Amino acid sequence: MKRSLYKGAMKTLMYISVGITCILAFSLIGYVLYRGIPGLSISFLTQKPSYLKGTIGILPDILNTLYVIIASLLIVLPLGVGAAVYLTEYASNKKIVGIIEYAAETLSGIPSIIYGLVGMLFFCQFLGFRTSLIAGALTLVIMNLPTIMRTTEESLKTVPNSYREGAFGLGAGKWRVIRTVVLPGCVDGVVTGCILTVGRIIGESAALLFTAGFAHSVHGFIDGLSSSGSTLTVALYVYAKEQGEFQVAFSIATILLILAFIINLAAVGVSNYYRKKRTV
Amino acid sequence: MNNKKKIMEDLIHGIFLILGLITVGCVFLITVYLIISGVPAIRKIGIINFLFGTKWASTAQDPKYGILPFILTSIYGTAGAIILGVPVGFFTAVYLSKVAPSKMRQIVSFIVNMLAGIPSVVYGLVGMMVLVPGIRKLFNIPDGASLFAAIIVLSIMILPSIISVSMTALDAVPRDYEDASLALGANEIETYFRVSVPAARSGIAAAVVLGVGRAIGEAMAVMMVSGNAAKMPSLFQSVRFLTTAVASEMSYSAGLQRQALFSIALVLFLFIMLINATLNFFMKKGDVH
Repeated sequence: MKRSLYKGAMKTLMYISVGITCILAFSLIGYVLYRGIPGLSISFLTQKPSYLKGTIGILPDILNTLYVIIASLLIVLPLGVGAAVYLTEYASNKKIVGIIEYAAETLSGIPSIIYGLVGMLFFCQFLGFRTSLIAGALTLVIMNLPTIMRTTEESLKTVPNSYREGAFGLGAGKWRVIRTVVLPGCVDGVVTGCILTVGRIIGESAALLFTAGFAHSVHGFIDGLSSSGSTLTVALYVYAKEQGEFQVAFSIATILLILAFIINLAAVGVSNYYRKKRTV
Repeated sequence: MNNKKKIMEDLIHGIFLILGLITVGCVFLITVYLIISGVPAIRKIGIINFLFGTKWASTAQDPKYGILPFILTSIYGTAGAIILGVPVGFFTAVYLSKVAPSKMRQIVSFIVNMLAGIPSVVYGLVGMMVLVPGIRKLFNIPDGASLFAAIIVLSIMILPSIISVSMTALDAVPRDYEDASLALGANEIETYFRVSVPAARSGIAAAVVLGVGRAIGEAMAVMMVSGNAAKMPSLFQSVRFLTTAVASEMSYSAGLQRQALFSIALVLFLFIMLINATLNFFMKKGDVH
């Protein structure tokens, strides 16, 4: 009797919890779409805000987000992959490995507001980049370094040692083995890392507020990097909190949710693709 | 020729070593910057006055820089989020890891990942537009932007990390443990909660600690729903967290006020380092199993 009561109680608690989680997700997403979709239009997506006409368009924010993503990935990929290669292929000293891994864990635990602050002090003020997209992108590089490192490291570990030994046996040097055998084996880790990083950059706001600023002008890539600009999330914050433009905020939120959905699908797709490939 | 090749190899080794050490450099840079910019104000204000002063009035004629209200708000807010979020996350994780059929598991995991992928400003926006007015009407108070609203938003935001980390820990419990328990006559639910959960306890503890870290470090969502008044915390009143204290005055601060903001960031950083150390402890313990 007591046992079946326990069983029933635990089962009920589990179902309630799963229910709460799913209902929360659906109502959150549903509410944002309900409020945001009416504001979406071609001109909303392809124009910049005009005070003369009193219209708001988010083209600059879309472009800024894109620029920050491209710039961050371009910088973080070599750094992260290189660090992972060092950890799995070169490092023989356990102490150094321990220190590097501890540092990576520490980095991934630091809140984004602190990144924003240090990014402002170091990139904007000390290095003289001022408030600009490149300062924001560099701040995000530090934030996402552990992610790229970890995913690459995990996929490097799955490259069989016999491949390396085979290549060494044929007389290849260490660098050649890494270039021809090891690096091609970590593509899946790099792709996964990129997807996670893009997701994090799209969602990031606190680290960008003080480093990249919140201007809404349209620039090319190079000009854009050196000038201040808001990404979609920062624009949402400014429109909602400072200007009270809730319709615009919800429309941006809708776009962000669609992007999050695509990124999650891509992550699932990539992991399934590589799992299948590996078992074949 | 051979010598040239060796130099080349050493050079490449060196380059990779430098890349490997970049993370260490970043941690060093962040720590040094926070200490250099955070310590002067603490010395000027006095560490006791700064940490335990109950009044923050940075723009007053006679400015006061006591951050006890922010520290307490952050602690209360985090504790509240953990109390609400952990049970829901824990039971969901057990269900997904042990009970759910594989299709169900895939679907709910996707939903949980969606929750994780929603930017914090979107949580803040919905909180601001739905939760804050809702709390105002429900409890009949003048303003719904309060510690309570922040706790609810935070508890939802930490759900995905708690679920996914607990799930990983529960998935890793050897099937033999469960089989043994079942063979001894325990039913499945008893097995999951009395054998699998205790076996995965350090992973679940790590999930909770990770949730604490997320909650204490969140800035934007909290800024949008907590009202941002710098006074001692109370559940249904406007409050300011450590994170929002830094963010809200940064744009217009100068002099000692600005330095004091860096000091707040330093305090926040110390909290996070403490949490990281705890997290590491539980992760290490998990390896032994």
